[in-house]
Amino acid sequence: MLLQLEGSQAISRAIALCRPGVICAYPITPQTHIVEDLGQLIHSGELKNCDYINVESEMAALSVTIGSQAAGVRSYTATSSQGLLYMIEAVYNASGLELPIVMTLGNRAIGSPINIWNDHSDAMSVRDAGWIMLFPETNQEAADLHIQAFKIAEVVKCPVMVCVDGFILTHAYERVDIPSQEIVDDFLPLYKPHVSLDTKNQLAIGTMVPPEYFMEVRYLAHKRQSEALGIIDCVGKKFQEKFGRQSGELIRTYNTENADTIIIAMGSVLGTIKDTVDELNAQGGKFGVVSIVSYRPFPAEAIKAAIGNAKRVVVLEKALAVGIGGILSKEVELVLRDTKAKVVSTIVGLGGRIITKKMLADYLLQDHYEAEVFLGLNNETVEREHKSIKSCCCKQKVNQ
Amino acid sequence: MVSKLTNTVNWESQLLLFVKNPDSQLFVDVSIYIVYGGLMFQVRIHGRGGQGVVTAAEMLSIAAFLEGKHAQAFPSFGSERMGAPVQSFCRISDVEIRLREPVLEPNAVIIQDRTVIEPSNAFGGIVDGGFALINSPDKLSCDFKSNDVTVACVGATEIALEHVGKPLPNAVLLGSFAALTGIIKIDSVIEAIRTKFSGAIAEKNVSAAKAAYDKIS
Repeated sequence: MLLQLEGSQAISRAIALCRPGVICAYPITPQTHIVEDLGQLIHSGELKNCDYINVESEMAALSVTIGSQAAGVRSYTATSSQGLLYMIEAVYNASGLELPIVMTLGNRAIGSPINIWNDHSDAMSVRDAGWIMLFPETNQEAADLHIQAFKIAEVVKCPVMVCVDGFILTHAYERVDIPSQEIVDDFLPLYKPHVSLDTKNQLAIGTMVPPEYFMEVRYLAHKRQSEALGIIDCVGKKFQEKFGRQSGELIRTYNTENADTIIIAMGSVLGTIKDTVDELNAQGGKFGVVSIVSYRPFPAEAIKAAIGNAKRVVVLEKALAVGIGGILSKEVELVLRDTKAKVVSTIVGLGGRIITKKMLADYLLQDHYEAEVFLGLNNETVEREHKSIKSCCCKQKVNQ
Repeated sequence: MVSKLTNTVNWESQLLLFVKNPDSQLFVDVSIYIVYGGLMFQVRIHGRGGQGVVTAAEMLSIAAFLEGKHAQAFPSFGSERMGAPVQSFCRISDVEIRLREPVLEPNAVIIQDRTVIEPSNAFGGIVDGGFALINSPDKLSCDFKSNDVTVACVGATEIALEHVGKPLPNAVLLGSFAALTGIIKIDSVIEAIRTKFSGAIAEKNVSAAKAAYDKIS
């Protein structure tokens, strides 16, 4: 059914269609509307047979979710930014315990300085935590990916984080097709737990693993994620067959054939990028776009194939690893190390800095690209503040 | 109160349509830009936290959706404090809207609180053939860089106080917006109000929006 909804409402309705038995979350901007809406759906009786458990923190929220999932109940939570950091021990536990939890991450910057706006710093801080991480481009895809997420999680036996751009998607009203309960039930049958804590049939999970077995456990998790690449792709294709629209899969390409410059990005900025590329190509440009949907597992082969013979790859990313630079750019660089493509690392939109079509067009049209660019940086502010850095004891000024 | 400042047509940059609003005595210019094979109309709403600035953009997007159009509404984030200057945005198009930058070159601005005009640069970027709808019982003299802007002043707070009993000008101004631009129908605005609110609150806002619509018509 076509509806004009806020992104958060689209997500909460998709979650409700997946029939979770337990929802446990602690509110944090910009995720709050999602869990508020789910609370209302339970209260109104639209979402039946589901307990909403109130807790005092994010650490408790994910811990309760782990508990309910381990007891054999399909479980969901959501968070953002500092909330994710607060639950980080449980984030690793969820994947280590192979529990197919689904969590929405309303992407937001991490403090300090405190900032509630969108970037991908929070997602990047848990990129090695063993979760599958999917990035939707639109609210339609955000809703669709949550339905796919439960299926992927339960097949792979791995938690899935759907990373939705805070505010830009969560607070945007747009047209979303919310599928019927029947079609979702058919796509995602009732949860059959592979493990279930039960006092009558006692078993233990999460026991201590000594050095003799620990490496094998970790290796198997890595191997399972590699295999998940095929499953994510397959679930995406099955979804398209059933629901009649393309959502998810590993990556998506746009005008990449015959492109000499390809832009790689994740999330909601892709729409603005595609509009920019259309304008540039109408003036004779040769630009293409690769959208990364599955960030973990990282679709290395798919990216390599999509880049083809492009001369230049511009990675636009909303995160920064202080002390080394772009994160996604480094990973793309690694994937393309045997090709002729030059990878340009471009940091944009940190802490909600606005990304405009004009800014992207001006940047992409230049002849010479620096290897690392901070797009939209106010150099005046930077220079003024940087002057305050004192010389160190060996009389060397940093970055002179 | 509607005043037409000038009526120059820039045929090179835009496709200008003269639209007769069927319920209105007023002829208005609707500048519609050809964007990627589709048509897009961009609206920016200015006001203060607590006046329903964000809800106005959401209702506008729902009204457009009800007419089968694609619409995108979103707030300028982070300033949701009572009394703080707030902006919200709405794009209306015949095709899918991918662009997610704030509305920088609006076809129309709606000013819910005239005290934010200067500090928020509320008329910034408004395009030739555009509209400015201002919540003011008196005619304001406005300074536009482009002089082809249709200005309408409506005492929306007064209408809201009369019909709703609260100084909330958002639904009122959407009624005026429908009459002024012809981009959406008043019936769609009414249905959008009933989608967003229910019961007596919805009906009070509906009668306020109708009154504001009639004031422009």
